[in-house]
Amino acid sequence: MTADSKPKTVLYRVLRFEPEGSSNPRWQEYTIPYTSGLTVLDGLWVIKEGVDPSLVWRSSCRMGICGSCGMFINGLPRLSCNTQISELGSSTVEVAPLPNFDILRDLVPDLGPMFDHHQALSPFILRPDREELEKPTAEYYQSSAEMERYLQFSYCIKCASCIAACPTVATDPVYSGPMPLAQAQRYNTDTRDDGFDIRKLALRGPQGPWRCHFAGECSRVCPKGVDPAKAIQLLRRDLVADYLRLRRPTPPAAVVEKPDDIARRPDIPEAPPATV
Amino acid sequence: MLESRGHPNRLGMRGWLFGGRWGPDRYLYSLHRITGLGLLLYFAMHIILTSSRALGQGAWEESMARVSGPLFVIGEYLVFVAFAFHAINGLRLALAEVGFGVGKPIEPIYPYRTALDEQRPIVVVAMILVALLIVVGGLDFFVWH
Repeated sequence: MTADSKPKTVLYRVLRFEPEGSSNPRWQEYTIPYTSGLTVLDGLWVIKEGVDPSLVWRSSCRMGICGSCGMFINGLPRLSCNTQISELGSSTVEVAPLPNFDILRDLVPDLGPMFDHHQALSPFILRPDREELEKPTAEYYQSSAEMERYLQFSYCIKCASCIAACPTVATDPVYSGPMPLAQAQRYNTDTRDDGFDIRKLALRGPQGPWRCHFAGECSRVCPKGVDPAKAIQLLRRDLVADYLRLRRPTPPAAVVEKPDDIARRPDIPEAPPATV
Repeated sequence: MLESRGHPNRLGMRGWLFGGRWGPDRYLYSLHRITGLGLLLYFAMHIILTSSRALGQGAWEESMARVSGPLFVIGEYLVFVAFAFHAINGLRLALAEVGFGVGKPIEPIYPYRTALDEQRPIVVVAMILVALLIVVGGLDFFVWH
């Protein structure tokens, strides 16, 4: 650095909200030094540790896995840990809580309604052999091709970016939104699952997929490439086929019989004892 | 769930058009809704206007004279434009919404390929058709007649 060059800085505009006061959310500005590789989340930590310890947000893993740090950054819902300041193409970083959720404090949205919708669509394996499900004796059979029918949708980290981007959710609080519907399709297409008829009852009405009109914004902002818009269209295809009685119900995948005519190779050690 | 004590932050109708840096499909979504509402308004006006025929020849001719100015020709053309967009985009959406042209689930490898990428050629063809209809309709409204 030459003597007359100034260190690079970045301006953060952060939407602040204190629930204790009666005032509306307000923008607050912070200027921090920029270093190469700084993410939006790193910048927030710089502010909290050195400028304003009262700033509040939600984050955990710092590597785009936990889905905690979804924020509205320069006009798009993104994971703050996954967003380099350099990729924003601006020296100003505008950070607000995810829209379409109530603000609890500063950058913390109330994700409760999203998880209520999620829970209502039974996002888990449903099948009649409950005893086997809870105390498994072996694996359920599933081919690679069968797994690929839902694998993409199972990468969802529930970061709520899709819900923040959905224009239907923006005007309709009853609509479940992209994440819960994509998860309904994830479990409906899992060959180990037998819950289609139960979920289809929950998918009726305004909370179901019929309010989606394919704006596709959920797929565009998803940080994990889950493509909820695709899941919702495929979910509707299955529901229409079922309504027209064109869907052929198949029994859930069976437990694989343990082969009894093979022996463990001597160089492979026994599995350690179960800890749970 | 407990009642939220947070500050409401739903984008509302603002989220249909702006409030973020959105992609073209979102604007098609908004335009589809706006043209749909416009056509509904036109339909209501059309029913009210043509119902004047039940009040006799005089009432009918009077109401027809009221909507015969050049402003109404432009208005009718705008209705046609809304119809052309809503019909063609509606067909595209009806097919997409039952799973045609959205692709199969794939392994998400960055840069991600989504259903929007699968739809893109269909969107382009649909919008070319809309543009053609608008041009031919314009010629019919303002040149050939």
